[in-house]
Amino acid sequence: MTISSLMLLCLIIPAAGAVFIVLSHRLADLREGVTLFSAAALFAVVCQLFRRPDVFDAPATTLATPLPGLELSLQLEPLGLLFAGIASLLWMITSLYTIGYMRGNQEQHQTTLYACFALALTSTMGIALSGNLLTLFVFYEMLTLSTYPLVTHKRDHDAVAGGRYYLGILVGSSIGLLLPAIIWTWHLAGTTTFHYGGLFTSAPPKAVVSILFLLYAFGIGKAALMPLHRWLPEAMVAPTPVSALLHAVAVVKAGVFCVVKVILYVFGPALLQGCSGLVIVQVVAGFTLLCASLIALRQDNLKRRLAYSTISQLSYISLSAAILAPLSIRGAVVHIAAHAVGKITLFFAAGAIYTAAHKTRVSELDGIGQRMPWTMTAFAIATLSMIGLPPTAGFLSKWFMLQGAFEANNLLVIAVLLLSTLLNASYFVPIVYAAFFKPERHISDHPHGEAPLSMVIALSATALLTIILFFWPDLVISIATRLSIGGVS
Amino acid sequence: MNLIGHYNYLISIFLMMVGFFVVICRGNLIKKLIGLNIFSTSVFILYITMGKVAGGTAPIVVPGPGPHIYTNPLPHVLILTAIVVGVATTAVGLALTVRIKERYGTIEEDEIRLKDESL
Amino acid sequence: MNAHLPVLQVILPLLGAPLCMLTRSARLNWLITIAVSWSGFVISLLLAQQVWVNGPITYNMGGWVAPWGITYHIDALNAFVLIIVTMIAALVAPYARRSIQKEIDRHRQAVFYALLLLCQAGLLGIVITGDAFNMYVFLELSSLSSYALIAMGKRRRGLTAAFQYLIMGTIGATFILIGIGLLYNLTGTLNILDLAEQLNKHHLIATGNRTLITAFAFLTVGLSLKLALFPLHLWLPNAYSYAPSVVTIFLAATATKVAVYMLLRFCFTILGHGALFQMTLGKIILLPSLCAIFIGSIVAIFQYDIKRMLAYSSIAQIGYMTLGITMATPLGLTAGILHLFNHALMKGLLFMTMGAVIYRVDSVYLSDFRGLGKRMPWTMAAFVIGGLSLMGVPLTAGFISKWYLVKSALECGWWPVAGLILIGSLLAVIYVWRVVETAYFNPDHELEQRSCEAPLSLLLPMWILVIANIYFGINSDLPLSMAARAANLLLGVGV
Repeated sequence: MTISSLMLLCLIIPAAGAVFIVLSHRLADLREGVTLFSAAALFAVVCQLFRRPDVFDAPATTLATPLPGLELSLQLEPLGLLFAGIASLLWMITSLYTIGYMRGNQEQHQTTLYACFALALTSTMGIALSGNLLTLFVFYEMLTLSTYPLVTHKRDHDAVAGGRYYLGILVGSSIGLLLPAIIWTWHLAGTTTFHYGGLFTSAPPKAVVSILFLLYAFGIGKAALMPLHRWLPEAMVAPTPVSALLHAVAVVKAGVFCVVKVILYVFGPALLQGCSGLVIVQVVAGFTLLCASLIALRQDNLKRRLAYSTISQLSYISLSAAILAPLSIRGAVVHIAAHAVGKITLFFAAGAIYTAAHKTRVSELDGIGQRMPWTMTAFAIATLSMIGLPPTAGFLSKWFMLQGAFEANNLLVIAVLLLSTLLNASYFVPIVYAAFFKPERHISDHPHGEAPLSMVIALSATALLTIILFFWPDLVISIATRLSIGGVS
Repeated sequence: MNLIGHYNYLISIFLMMVGFFVVICRGNLIKKLIGLNIFSTSVFILYITMGKVAGGTAPIVVPGPGPHIYTNPLPHVLILTAIVVGVATTAVGLALTVRIKERYGTIEEDEIRLKDESL
Repeated sequence: MNAHLPVLQVILPLLGAPLCMLTRSARLNWLITIAVSWSGFVISLLLAQQVWVNGPITYNMGGWVAPWGITYHIDALNAFVLIIVTMIAALVAPYARRSIQKEIDRHRQAVFYALLLLCQAGLLGIVITGDAFNMYVFLELSSLSSYALIAMGKRRRGLTAAFQYLIMGTIGATFILIGIGLLYNLTGTLNILDLAEQLNKHHLIATGNRTLITAFAFLTVGLSLKLALFPLHLWLPNAYSYAPSVVTIFLAATATKVAVYMLLRFCFTILGHGALFQMTLGKIILLPSLCAIFIGSIVAIFQYDIKRMLAYSSIAQIGYMTLGITMATPLGLTAGILHLFNHALMKGLLFMTMGAVIYRVDSVYLSDFRGLGKRMPWTMAAFVIGGLSLMGVPLTAGFISKWYLVKSALECGWWPVAGLILIGSLLAVIYVWRVVETAYFNPDHELEQRSCEAPLSLLLPMWILVIANIYFGINSDLPLSMAARAANLLLGVGV
């Protein structure tokens, strides 16, 4: 099969999955079978792409030409392939988990949920494979719209209010800032096709580059730079598998993916070097990093704490990418993968606790490690990854990031990274400590064990991935290295 | 500036303003329609004035030595059409007024508004 | 036959109307209306094809040649507008029967079709004619029938809305009449092409002749009233919200478009490719356009009657069209003309969904949309797609016109205007999403979940428009090239 038909399959499989899910809404087993099957098929296709040596040399595949001179096209590059790989792998695991969660909690509107999941994955694949800014924007919007029904899944007042935040901030920032940035780019460069090292043939003035970069950085609301981060905690009203999807697989990763892609493929590090917009983004990202960690410290709701942790971790990626040093770009790329597997484990664990014990608060978790050993062990492993300790994937990325900061000789960044490591530890370690070493505060009437098997399998798998990524990081690092060649120090 | 020479234009502007004033300021729907008619009549006068050629006669070919000066007949024709349109408009307006009277029991604008708001 | 297509375009609906009055059977009249509207659509396509291949068509009525007789002149611009009008008419015709069964008294249904055809004849006449005074007559023909159509609804507020429209419409039309009279006074001709030539020959435009400017001012104000440009829009919300659904669909998608067409004709074809326009009123219209976009959208957010909300959104959308026109660059005009087409698609669609909701639920208040996502899935899905198009989401027709508008604003260096266009889109997100949220995600709907989808004859035209909205968002070649050609023609740039 040609590369281009494989790429098309990446879009068609989840989209067709969505259609079949809706068609089979009366037969729950068939519906979930379709979900699992399409997830597995998608992963198989993406694996095929990984195995092809000529994958990056294929010409762009044009889907449609809405405007003359401006088409929707697909083109693979290393970063997109990595993102597609992470998303498809984790969708498979998430589907397994979702089935356990949905059945365990007897949720309503399951068909809508599965169908929107599949649509969200279609959009994510579209973002990963997009060959120009217009395509990226189209799928970016599609992702927002397809995840909106997931956020408002419960259909109560909180859910609808959360959904408003979600939609308002994401659509507002993308139409208000990202779209003008794209049109402006087209106006200046005459093209929106991604090109490694920048798509501008003649460099625009420094001031224009600065403003344009700021428009991108804040227009990509999914990257959750402050002050556009509020949608993340608000979206926590969604069921846990959805949160896992939002945080680890699709939405926020799409955000940082776009930021990194804009830095590498729209501007190119050489053009951005030394412009004031870049400095502003660095400062804002550093601020977001610390501030979100501080807020996370004070959250008692487990999912909200994880949400603020996500905001902070995303800023690691934006900050490192904005430093532009080769090693820090490498760190940013590795962290996309590392954070994905780590954070999804944490959310899976939170969902498992909710399903088995109906607990949502950090303060209720004393002694839960005895009842749910697998879940809490996985949680502990993921925590290590979040803090950046070996033997987990988080260590690698943090290592590269710190190296990159040294390379760029940016002491402030080093300080921020170290301080935030301390903060990470201080809001995660107490949870793990309390779960394993504190006695259960009040013995509940319904003694519970582990969550349903499919959930435990899913969360163990992702925890295992976190460790595997530490010992066998070759694939990720080779891709990251390819991307970091153009960095400047 | 020859005021007398522009007599017809002045009249037409005067009528236009009168009509406009009535349309805007009167609450009675029939009076509004009357205002509207005055307003469009002023335009008819404007057109007919334009067509007038000084010293011209009716455009009828008479035997005998020329050159005869004729008044331009086209504006008259146009205005005939416009008058028909005006009549039609008035008819629709009056029909609407009748229906409004049937449904609301009044043709005063402020009373109609009160009745709508009380719903 | 082919040679007489221009006159057939107008005469078919004009003859259909008295035929409807004679038969007096609602069913038969409906069939006549369908036949007339569809043949009108075919004729307009044939005309467009001829214009595209062979250039402008001139048709002399009764064989009288240009400056004396009335001619029909069809070029790229009005061929395009003809397609818009006849397309909407062709889609509205099948939709009409079930919808008016619900909304119009039994004994008036037969007359309704006659009026609809008359209105159609008037609008097509305005577009196709090449004679300024003839244009006024057709304008009054379409306006008079639309006053009667608006008054036909069951609610009595329709009557006052129609009366209000009658007053404002007549004032507008009289202003236009004055403008045309002054132009005739200057040049002694009424033929549009001849007018342009005479004005040019006597250097009236370049010297800024005062009578010409006065005429132009009257025309612009009169047309602004007709097309409901911002401060002169007061008639529109009432007229659209209290008229029967079919009338709203038809008028919203065509009447204002035709008024915009007239504006283009007068400001560009007659007045030297927009030279005078740019000198004077072009910049003055800019402000009302921006106000329309802004205030129209904001007021729409606070409406609870959704039909009224869409009416205010129409005011905002008209602002986009005139905004494109004020730029008076090829790109800006293309954007404005393209938006004529795209807006007809999306507003036609949205008002069609409103008609379906009225058909089933009897009301379009926001609170009545609760749970409709489940009960009328196809209708609400169509609403969502129309709404997305209205917001300008990519892959819908609305995106294309927004993109072009923003791009042309950037090209003119009007940065704040580009920003305002995008803010307008954001406001559209808010008012569309209120409805979507209520229909799909309402927190407390304990209403019955019985499905009550609209009948097929309402759904079919609706979904044809849905497909059109998406198709022209993915492949905009056809309308775009026509709009570009029309814009170049208006500006006198190449062909």
